Amino acid sequence: MATGSAVEQPLDLVRLSLDERIYVKMRGDRELRGRLHGYDQHMNMVLGEVEETITIVEPSDQPTEGSIQTVKKNYEMLFVRGDNVILVAPPMRS
Amino acid sequence: MLFYSFFKTLVGQPVVVELKNDMLIQGTLVSVDQFLNIKLDGVRVEDERKYPHVASLKNSFIRGSVVRYVHIPATAVDTALLQDAARKESQQPK
Repeated sequence: MATGSAVEQPLDLVRLSLDERIYVKMRGDRELRGRLHGYDQHMNMVLGEVEETITIVEPSDQPTEGSIQTVKKNYEMLFVRGDNVILVAPPMRS
Repeated sequence: MLFYSFFKTLVGQPVVVELKNDMLIQGTLVSVDQFLNIKLDGVRVEDERKYPHVASLKNSFIRGSVVRYVHIPATAVDTALLQDAARKESQQPK
């Protein structure tokens, strides 16, 4: 293993995303898209201009009748507790 | 300790704490500790009909681990300062 700052740890990649918009996948079928203002080693984060997408699956007896709904919420500034975070990535705009 | 310091700058601000059990608690931030446990004054629970047992609650102590989000007024956050602190914090050897 090389010594010195040449080796980047995963959290160093998150540092590159500061002040950029990012995508966060969270537990509970939730996703966030917002501007990363701060983070720590626990993946606690502060995001600005956030859009939260909550996915709700409604199962039914017939496989063809179940539905998937999404609920979207917006927040101007949000602290996110790190223990809920699954992954962090650049936003994938569809 | 980054977010501990961050929350200390927000003492006195109105915030909404969203818990992992989906409860929303509005109140004024009184204090925070190293575990990000939160004390709120003048609390109001978002959906009072659903949670009548906390209707008479004035002040609350919330264990940090049960928090999902803290909704913050954007005006209360110095984003440049926070980004700078996050950069510095990630460079410290842990």
